[in-house]
Amino acid sequence: MLLRVRSGLMQFTAYDTDGFFDEMFETDGRPRAGSALLVQRIHGLPQGELLQRQRAAEQALLHMGITFNVYGDEAGTERIFPFDVIPRIVEAADWALIERGLKQRIQALNLFIDDVYQAQHIINDGIVPAFLINSAKCFLRPCVGLRPPRGIWCHITGTDLVRDRNGQIYVLEDNLRCPSGVSYVLENRQVLKRTFPQVFEASRVRPVDDYPSRLLEMLQYLAPDSVTSPTVVVLTPGLYNSAYFEHAFLAQQMGVELVEGRDLVVADGFVFMRTTKGLQRVDVIYRRLDDDFLDPLTFRSDSLLGVPGLFEVYQAGHVALANAPGTGVADDKVIYAYVPKIIRYYLGEDSILPNVPTYICWDDTERRHILANLDKLVVKAANESGGYGMLIGPHASAAERAMFAERIQAAPRNYIAQPTLALSRAPVIVEEHFEGRHVDLRPYILYGQEIYVLPGGLTRVALRKGSLVVNSSQGGGSKDTWVLAGESHAC
Amino acid sequence: MLSRVADSIYWLNRYIERAENVARFIDVNLQLMLDLPAGTTEQWAPLVDTTGDRVLFQERYGVTTRENVVAFLTFDLDNPNSIYACLRAARENARSVREIISSEMWEQVNTFYLMVRDAVAQGRVLAESHTFFTEVKMASHLFVGITEVTMSHSEGWHFGRLGHLLERADKTSRILDVKYYLLLPHVADVGTPVDDIQWSAVLKSASALEMYRKRFGRIRPDQVADFLMLDREFPRAMHYCLVQAEESLHAISGSPIGTFQNLAEQRLGRLRSELDYAQIDEIIASGLHEFLDAFQAKLNNVGTAIFETFVTVRPVTDVPTLVQGSQMMRTR
Repeated sequence: MLLRVRSGLMQFTAYDTDGFFDEMFETDGRPRAGSALLVQRIHGLPQGELLQRQRAAEQALLHMGITFNVYGDEAGTERIFPFDVIPRIVEAADWALIERGLKQRIQALNLFIDDVYQAQHIINDGIVPAFLINSAKCFLRPCVGLRPPRGIWCHITGTDLVRDRNGQIYVLEDNLRCPSGVSYVLENRQVLKRTFPQVFEASRVRPVDDYPSRLLEMLQYLAPDSVTSPTVVVLTPGLYNSAYFEHAFLAQQMGVELVEGRDLVVADGFVFMRTTKGLQRVDVIYRRLDDDFLDPLTFRSDSLLGVPGLFEVYQAGHVALANAPGTGVADDKVIYAYVPKIIRYYLGEDSILPNVPTYICWDDTERRHILANLDKLVVKAANESGGYGMLIGPHASAAERAMFAERIQAAPRNYIAQPTLALSRAPVIVEEHFEGRHVDLRPYILYGQEIYVLPGGLTRVALRKGSLVVNSSQGGGSKDTWVLAGESHAC
Repeated sequence: MLSRVADSIYWLNRYIERAENVARFIDVNLQLMLDLPAGTTEQWAPLVDTTGDRVLFQERYGVTTRENVVAFLTFDLDNPNSIYACLRAARENARSVREIISSEMWEQVNTFYLMVRDAVAQGRVLAESHTFFTEVKMASHLFVGITEVTMSHSEGWHFGRLGHLLERADKTSRILDVKYYLLLPHVADVGTPVDDIQWSAVLKSASALEMYRKRFGRIRPDQVADFLMLDREFPRAMHYCLVQAEESLHAISGSPIGTFQNLAEQRLGRLRSELDYAQIDEIIASGLHEFLDAFQAKLNNVGTAIFETFVTVRPVTDVPTLVQGSQMMRTR
């Protein structure tokens, strides 16, 4: 069904969900309850108005310089993150489930990381094989026996959630290592409040603007007890990192210094930053630098980005790092497959949010199944993120599949496979009409005095027609995510 | 304030000011060519001398035609002092401190950079040169104004102000140096219409013609030099720039003007007081070019001293000088 739409007048009448779960419309074409107001508003806009608002939003983002860097692209290393003005709406009941599920998951994962670096009960009780931990790329031996401040390892998490054809929500990835994207959540919201002010107000959208204050509060909570007014900094790899904009943005919003490794120095067992008036002590570091690069004396000796001696100061409890080094062990995609068991082991509960069914390549039976069904599966490297090192079987060529089959056989520990999900879709503006595009959702979770889930998140959109890859580095865009207030929320 | 941040704000402002001055040089020269009698050879070489990049120009272009010089000074990215290169560097510096400067400042640098980039891509620089150079000047003014009214006038702002005032003093001295050197030898020309036009152009390139007229009326080479060097009130005059720069430098350390606590304050104070007591006829008698040349060298030394005082990384083995809360200790 494809109806011609009069130029400039944008209506959803021709919009087709194509049998996918649509975030905005029921299968019969009626808008979902939370989206009805928005659909009505869009239909009431004068001709050309929506496109004009889309352009205004893009212009605002361009001039705010809200960009990201793409590795391996010489011509335009800095790009605007594509943005679609139609918000993705999450209804209160769905959100309540997501929130409970994420809190449960983060609590269990934190207990798991703590256990893995200390007594290793979960290995001794035969739940997770020792081999798996020891071969995890992000299992850091220097962290064994470490007790991070307040017993928290994963302070900031950006869990990726997806929905399949019948609307079931799954956890796709845990992202416990400095997840990025939250700055887009905050900036997208600023832009959208200007784009749809009336609908925004009438829909009772839960606010996200207090994220920086909550982040700062959480970071200050980690400071050594002896410090009364802790100095917090954000540590960035520098200008050429793909998420530099976000590092700067968060430092600015929290009102703290943004530092690079060369701005910090270790002396007399403490960390200091170099200022125009001498050295100033630093108590908490929100580091957006990978574990490997943190300290050339402990980790990669060729790192120019880190701070020599930092890890020793951390071990002595004279500085806090968020997230704790070593947290990535729980981010390994093979360990991901064990998370339901991890939750049951530590909390005695069933997972509220299920995993996507996952096949483990180093299991002989499962590997045979994987290799026989490469054309139906998605294969992921266990330790990559950002959509790198991934095979989408149904969309790949025979040669690509053969290459992955070879890699899997050579290093089965390094790969997992999952069925290709029919990801849910949401309408986006394509030229002068609407088309469905696949989306995911990344909510952000802070673990300080308690676990807090930001009511919102980054909705990433695979802008290429039919594509399932939503990563910004692979041609993805974003939408604002509106979490609607339920009966229990005062707005 | 982080040393690296202070350095970036300082250079952000220097680069913006530099881009503006290059636009001024070129624009005035373009205007000047329109007023010259038919048949006169266009004078483009002095422009390359003004920015001090003669050697690089010779290597890359050879002949000083209008097209070559404008290309070199406007959009040649291999010339670190071209307008485009300056904007690119300014933007990189701004990006690295965008959480320190105001969002409005960052947006202006970004918009400015995009404007120059697009003008270069669309070939507007030569086709609509006057419009383009005016836009560059105005974008720079807008940046200075936005900085004035959106950023707290605290340490970071003073580093920025220091950057653009030192850059401006240097550029004013250069434009005067080149023109004086070029124009003065022809004593016979003094007082001719062509001479008047040339000296008016010098003043115009510093937006100084109207203010000069208010002070001196008729155009005389020595008074033009006096105005651009020693005037205490005209914002592009070398003396004015140093007085204001010194204010910022002392606001950073908190020490009173007339005393010094570090090398930067000592050098800038000495140079400023030289201009305090200088007289134009003495300067001309002992050689204007020599004076300006020495001025530029001393100004460079001020810049070096600022870097050494506030930015240079002290060795880790040093006993750290602690700054905690309000109890601040001076580094020198």
